[in-house]
Amino acid sequence: MGMIQAPMLAAASGNDVDFMVHGLIPLNFFGHKVWITTTHVTTLIVMLFIMALALIARRSIMKDYEKPSGLANAVELVVEMLDKLVKSTMGKHWKPFANYIGSIMFFIFIANTSGLFGLRAPTADYGTTLSLALITFVMIQYSAFKTRKFRMFTDLFQPIPVLFPVNVIGEFATPVSLSLRLFGNIMAGTIMLSLWYGLLPIFAKLGLPAFLHVYFDLFSGAIQTFVFAMLTMTFIADKRNA
Amino acid sequence: MNISSEAFVLGCSAIGAGLALIAGIGPGVGQGYAAGQGAAAVGRNPGAKGDIMSTMLLGQAVAETTGLYGLVIGLILLYANPLFAKL
Repeated sequence: MGMIQAPMLAAASGNDVDFMVHGLIPLNFFGHKVWITTTHVTTLIVMLFIMALALIARRSIMKDYEKPSGLANAVELVVEMLDKLVKSTMGKHWKPFANYIGSIMFFIFIANTSGLFGLRAPTADYGTTLSLALITFVMIQYSAFKTRKFRMFTDLFQPIPVLFPVNVIGEFATPVSLSLRLFGNIMAGTIMLSLWYGLLPIFAKLGLPAFLHVYFDLFSGAIQTFVFAMLTMTFIADKRNA
Repeated sequence: MNISSEAFVLGCSAIGAGLALIAGIGPGVGQGYAAGQGAAAVGRNPGAKGDIMSTMLLGQAVAETTGLYGLVIGLILLYANPLFAKL
């Protein structure tokens, strides 16, 4: 968060409670000091992991093109499930959006579960989730423009012109609520785990946190991935099928 | 008794963060109600379990947003306090 850093309250009570984003390398950017943070590094790791996964899957598909086996079957299953989900949610305009939904689902899920591997989840930084939500926002507005053309602006005055400010706020509240939902959930998990690891004696840190990891990283991460993708699809389909 | 202005702002921020998390009551009740209705719907029509499940999760996630606004305000008050800039 780019605000004034207040003295950390938790640092006063625990010995090493630490869940903030850290700057690693300072860069000078038009006179402003910007930092390469831990979020950038973890995002890069997640990206490399997804790329490696894609390359391995591609090789497996190319190798057994005639009769698919092993990994190729698994990938096919995942893609088919994804297509079915997008088709059942978005209706007849599903085709161009399936790739995007698949990409963000993979990215968000692996980013959310990266807490399992000792990384600080990239989605626990508001910058990541806000940019994801802004992509969705642009797609929503573009879909609205594509179907409604300039009636898109007169729609804001429906059903009575007095409601214009409320409608505009409603349009801009979509990316804010979408990004805060993902950020809040993952950040809450990050804070809970770092409090557990930072404040409790050593015998509480062995074994027990596994359950917390299952709930906060796996369960919560999977649910939030699904919800982000579902809401993106619902909002776009709403405008697209109007 | 003398209290420095930093300590006063810090203490009031901590109380404010605690009060902000009262917002968690609403989503708790709402999500529980949605889950109950979902269970009833599955009981009435077990074949539509998948659809009911995804609809329920979607509704619960939307209901959760208000609670998360409270959480974010609490986090800002504790870790990125904007009030310190005004001292």
